[in-house]
Amino acid sequence: MYYNANGERIARWRWRELLQARRNRLDLIKAGFTRRDLVNMGLLTAGGMLIAKRGLSSRAYASWGSGTDCHYDNSGCGNCASPSITPFLMNMPIPPVKQPIALSSLTGPAPTIAPNNAINPATGKAYEGRTRAHQSPIGTDSRLPFPATKIYQVTQQAAGVTVSGDLPTQQLWTFDGVSPGPTYVAQYGTPILIRNYNNLPSNNGGFGLNSVTTHLHNGHTPSESDGFPCDYFSAGQYYDQYYPNQLAGFLSTHQSTNGDVNEALSSLWYHDHREGFTAQNVYKGLVGHYLLFNAFDTGNETTGFRLPSFPDYDIPMMFADRCFDAQTGALAFDTFNIDGILGDKFMVNGVIQPVLHVHPRRYRFRWTNTGPSRFLQLYLTDLTSPSTPQPFWQISNDGNLLPHPVQVPAVALGVAERADVIIDFAQYAGKTIYIENRLNQPNGQGGPTGGVVAGGQGFLCLKIIVDLSTVSDNSAVPSASTSYYTLPSVSASPRVTRNFKLDQDRNGQWIINDKLFSCNTSRFAVQQNSLEKWVIDNGRDWSHPMHVHLEEHQVTQGAPGLYGSDSDDHNDYQRWGSQYCWSGCTSNSSTGVNLARKDTVRLTPRSTVTIKMRFRDWLGRYPMHCHNVIHEDHAMMLRFDVATTGDTKSNP
Amino acid sequence: MNDRTINRRGMFGRLAAVPLAVGVAASAQGGQKRGAPAAAPPAGKRTFAPPLSGRETVRRRYFPDVELVTSEGDKVRFYDDLIKDKIVILNLMYAKCDGVCPITTSNLKAVRKILSRDVDHDIFIYSMTVKPEQDSPAALKDYARVHGVSDPRWLFLTGKPADVDLLRHKLGFADRDPVVDRDKTRHSGMLRYGNEPTAIWGTCQGSAEPEWIAEEIAFAIPRQFKRHPRVND
Repeated sequence: MYYNANGERIARWRWRELLQARRNRLDLIKAGFTRRDLVNMGLLTAGGMLIAKRGLSSRAYASWGSGTDCHYDNSGCGNCASPSITPFLMNMPIPPVKQPIALSSLTGPAPTIAPNNAINPATGKAYEGRTRAHQSPIGTDSRLPFPATKIYQVTQQAAGVTVSGDLPTQQLWTFDGVSPGPTYVAQYGTPILIRNYNNLPSNNGGFGLNSVTTHLHNGHTPSESDGFPCDYFSAGQYYDQYYPNQLAGFLSTHQSTNGDVNEALSSLWYHDHREGFTAQNVYKGLVGHYLLFNAFDTGNETTGFRLPSFPDYDIPMMFADRCFDAQTGALAFDTFNIDGILGDKFMVNGVIQPVLHVHPRRYRFRWTNTGPSRFLQLYLTDLTSPSTPQPFWQISNDGNLLPHPVQVPAVALGVAERADVIIDFAQYAGKTIYIENRLNQPNGQGGPTGGVVAGGQGFLCLKIIVDLSTVSDNSAVPSASTSYYTLPSVSASPRVTRNFKLDQDRNGQWIINDKLFSCNTSRFAVQQNSLEKWVIDNGRDWSHPMHVHLEEHQVTQGAPGLYGSDSDDHNDYQRWGSQYCWSGCTSNSSTGVNLARKDTVRLTPRSTVTIKMRFRDWLGRYPMHCHNVIHEDHAMMLRFDVATTGDTKSNP
Repeated sequence: MNDRTINRRGMFGRLAAVPLAVGVAASAQGGQKRGAPAAAPPAGKRTFAPPLSGRETVRRRYFPDVELVTSEGDKVRFYDDLIKDKIVILNLMYAKCDGVCPITTSNLKAVRKILSRDVDHDIFIYSMTVKPEQDSPAALKDYARVHGVSDPRWLFLTGKPADVDLLRHKLGFADRDPVVDRDKTRHSGMLRYGNEPTAIWGTCQGSAEPEWIAEEIAFAIPRQFKRHPRVND
């Protein structure tokens, strides 16, 4: 029989661990670390108890640690304890803008409409990993020239990347040697073709699969170029992806106007979507930005909507949390944790807690939560007065512009959700402002939350120093009366209402309407161009950012708002799942930033949302899935097809 | 193999070197100096242990070399004898299970058939009981017989309860909800599969269609799949 310090009976191996923990503590103290060092390194609790080592698996040991219940507390139940680093020493990287090349400069054979299945003698494999032809009318419609108006070539490859001066160089998987990868700057009306080479090594360093499929998240993309999870291709192959950059409806509901400008997109991102390995590959670095401009959102603050000019005052930012091995300092992935992974280091554009110097003027920041599992609620914080609210303007909720800017105290982002914001740093001239995540998330499942902590008590992600020179600012002053786009109507009667119940079976397998995922099984067929109404019901006390490919939807009921205050009752799913409004709205219908076109909708515990959309212009297979990439991989996903004739399955 | 006693001791010693678990939010609140001027970095970077190979990283984190017993009564080491240098599929079961286990077992039989047809490699299947207190080797042997499993590369495993429980936790098969975790009829129905030398490890649903499970498991066997995995158009 073995007993812990509280006299509780414990397993022998657990006792050995405790014994070893004590030895570790003595060793660490002998090595010269002070108690404060240990607390700061996350190795010692405030009570002086050395936290017993648990490997990296939070699922494995969730109920252990400091005698607390992991559902409701934060102590001793997290995923990792990365080495301590000194924050705010490195500048925030801004990924380079990807440059097009001449068609003749492509490596390998010229692009073809049909997949190039000829065997590459150098690899013994087909040149191209694509299995389906670029669909009609690509190559026949004058708006869809083939190969494309602009040609790019990108290479997925391993590269040494610095994420902090205090950590060794990380061997990440990158696009063109950087992570996040290069930023694509695209224009509506200018189709592009990206030849995507997979040069990833078979040596994965412990996680990652060198078989990939790159999804353009939020893209109105033909199925064969979408990065469908099962359209993966091998190392040594390329995959030509054709991005039309056309407004939704251009071949269907809005042919006469060449698409519906109210469906315009602005802030997209690309990431690996490999079935079963998305989490590993994204965690390893395979992400990047894709910006889309048009005659209104021009990238020039003297034209169109007069949004701050790209690239000087329009800056994309990817937020990610990560774990690093305490011994080797290497990026650590928790392979067998299938509930969700939380990191304790916060990266922005690939660097842990970086610094950004700005001019005292308006900026457009494009925020993306790249996960893998953490929900964010981002605030601006002035540490000299941390409890003072610092409102700013949110202009998008996912990849497009809202009908008008909404002044907000914070932005909540599930994995894959995005928000463009406008912050006027003139009011902070000479000051330092932090972007702070104040959402207290105790586990990777994403719920219940531990509430929202007070200003200055959360995770400081980015330090913004307003110390550059005063410069002119020609961007428009955002206000509630500024108009961007009008929300397309979804008030027509839907052709079909489909219900989706998200759950786990008795044995921990994700099910949607009691069915499991398979790449080969299409669960229902959407009839192209018709209005669909989907009711998604989250049957458990977990959270899921649900993502639908191809088209944006509007959340007509059950959209979540900001998470509550730290007095929030985290047992109260009903309240947690209900709408938090910035200014006193009470109904469950969408208001404020939820009057938006979305591609990812956050389902809070035991909540139900209703979304409506039309799938237009392109045919073929697409998925709906949870974008907690750990849930996605195992396999909270279904495949549907867009077809000329759809079915009316109501519980597919 | 070397002296296993020494190996085992070494294993626990290495386990102790694994990063310590900590509440993430707790470390955020207690672990960061708020607003303090950034301290100058120490002269030179702090030193870290040399990087580990992928397979070594995975082994240290997840594969304690505990002793298990097969349905034939043979004593085997989890890492050295079952995992090392192999392509494997792992699942949980118990002998008197009439819930998910028969489905998974039947699926794995079909998966075995598909993979023998399509893959040149040996693939080992390990079904580990979640009730080691009850499941003797004989009970597991009976389960295998009843389910028509007679396959030298498919082992049914039991062991000391603490060892089995350690493995169950290390492999992420435990449920974080203690009530669910105590209910053995609700043990994880997921499969772990992997290719130990290449450090490719994945998870899939044991109740899925066997054809799809086989395709997923083949992910861990790059290039040796005779057919390109198919997706219906």
